[in-house]
This record gives sequence, structure tokens and C-alpha cells, in this order.
Amino acid sequence: MATEVIGGVEVHVDDEGFMTDPSEWTEELAPALAKEIGIDDLTDAHWKVIRFLRDDFAQEGQTATLRRVSTMANVPTKELYQLFPKKPAKKMSYISGLQKPVGCV
Amino acid sequence: MPPKFDDEGTDRKLCIIVSKGTMEWATASMVLGNAATSEGIELHVFFTFWGFDAIIDKRMDKLKVSPVANPSMKIPGTEVGMANMLAALPGMTAFASSMMNKEMDKLQVPPHREFMQMVHDSGAKFWACRLTFDMMENTMGLTKDDLWEGVEDIISANDFMELSEGAQIIFI
Repeated sequence: MATEVIGGVEVHVDDEGFMTDPSEWTEELAPALAKEIGIDDLTDAHWKVIRFLRDDFAQEGQTATLRRVSTMANVPTKELYQLFPKKPAKKMSYISGLQKPVGCV
Repeated sequence: MPPKFDDEGTDRKLCIIVSKGTMEWATASMVLGNAATSEGIELHVFFTFWGFDAIIDKRMDKLKVSPVANPSMKIPGTEVGMANMLAALPGMTAFASSMMNKEMDKLQVPPHREFMQMVHDSGAKFWACRLTFDMMENTMGLTKDDLWEGVEDIISANDFMELSEGAQIIFI
């Protein structure tokens, strides 16, 4: 399994660069992950999504889809696209140290 | 290497032509549309003919799936298709539609209107077919106000050709 050094920490990643071990992720790692994909500043709005994804993953064992984030965390779809432009599902998962969502909706 | 989220691959453009207004095909259109926008793909959805049920405001909450002449629809829990004689009985389409609604809900697929809103909010543009609109204007007095508010405009086949330049097209 490949590893990569992000924010000075060595973590396991898959072929696409997503972290494969959620337990290696810490909140300190998120800003460094965000910078890797061009998001330079994590706002409270970003954190609301990231923390929801982490909590939801801890309970459900899989990454929430955009629809799940918008309905369960009350973050409107439009806002998700503003926070994580172009590819919100993948970007929010990446920053949260999770695999991309497997669900279709 | 981090994933390349904003590389040239996101310059893709997709057009979905929705020619059917039944629940399953309207849903399929939005599932694909939602997937497209969340991958950063520019999306246009063009509704034509029976696809208008999916954008006529008073109809879009009542989309149906019919067991009539649909051999793929089995009696739940069996491998047995439903005989057309039975499928044609009053209430069967409503029953099948309600069943499918429940199953979609279990999978967190939103109801059609909400799904349309979601895809619209994610940046897609929705277009209505001029010929279909004119026909429905003649036959049932359809007006632009009868269309769902998220519909951008009523456009001709030629407009669609211009719009879809360089796009991949899915016909549903």
C-alpha cells in the first residue's frame, strides 16, 4: 500500500490519492489535505461538512453522499458546490480522510 | 500524488434528452445528471414529448411506473412477470408506483421534484422542447407558467444542436 507525506505526516493512500485508513486522519491534517487540492482556507462552513462526514462515517461505516450531507447536516446543495467546487463529493471526502462515496445519490 | 480534481477532464459537457415521463426514466435521468454535476461536468437536460410530465408542475409529483406491457417488472419476491390482464386492472399502476416510491426512498433517492431541484442547484440547466410545448399548447392549453420554475427556456431542435456542440449526449 502506497504512502504519502501530508502536512509532515505519513499516511496510507490508494491509487487516486485518497486516504485508506480513516484512523490516520486528524483535524490537524485537514488543512494540509485541503491545500493539496487547491482549497487554501477551511472556513467554519467547511468544518461543518467535514465533522459531519467524520461523525457519520464513524456511525455508518461509509462516506455520506452529497444528498445525505445536504439533508442530514442541513447544508444546501448550492453551498456544497461553493465550498468544494466542481467535484464536491470527492473533495469533501478527500479532505476528511475518507474514501469517496459509493452511493449513486 | 493528490487526486487531480481540476484537471482538463472536468471540461466535459453532457446533454441528457429526456423523452419519457415515467417515474423510472425520470429518475434515471436525474441519477445520471446528479452524477455528472458532482463530477464537475457541465450538464444540460432537454425534455421532450412524454418527458414533459417531468417538468409540468402539476404533474411532476405524480409520476408513475406502469406494469402494463412491462415484462421486466416482476411480482415482488418472485421471478414471475405480471400478466397484462392483471396489470391493466384499476389501481395497479398506482400500486406499482407507490411500491417503487418506497423502494427509492429506502435508497435515499429523493422524490422527483426534490431531485430536480438538487440537480438544478448543482448547476445544471433544464430546457423544454419547442415542438412539444406548441403541441401541448394546442391540445391542452399549456402555458410557460405551467412548467416547473427551474426550466430555463423553451428551445427549438436547432437551439439544442447549438447548445449541445461538443457535448456527449444521452437519450433516455
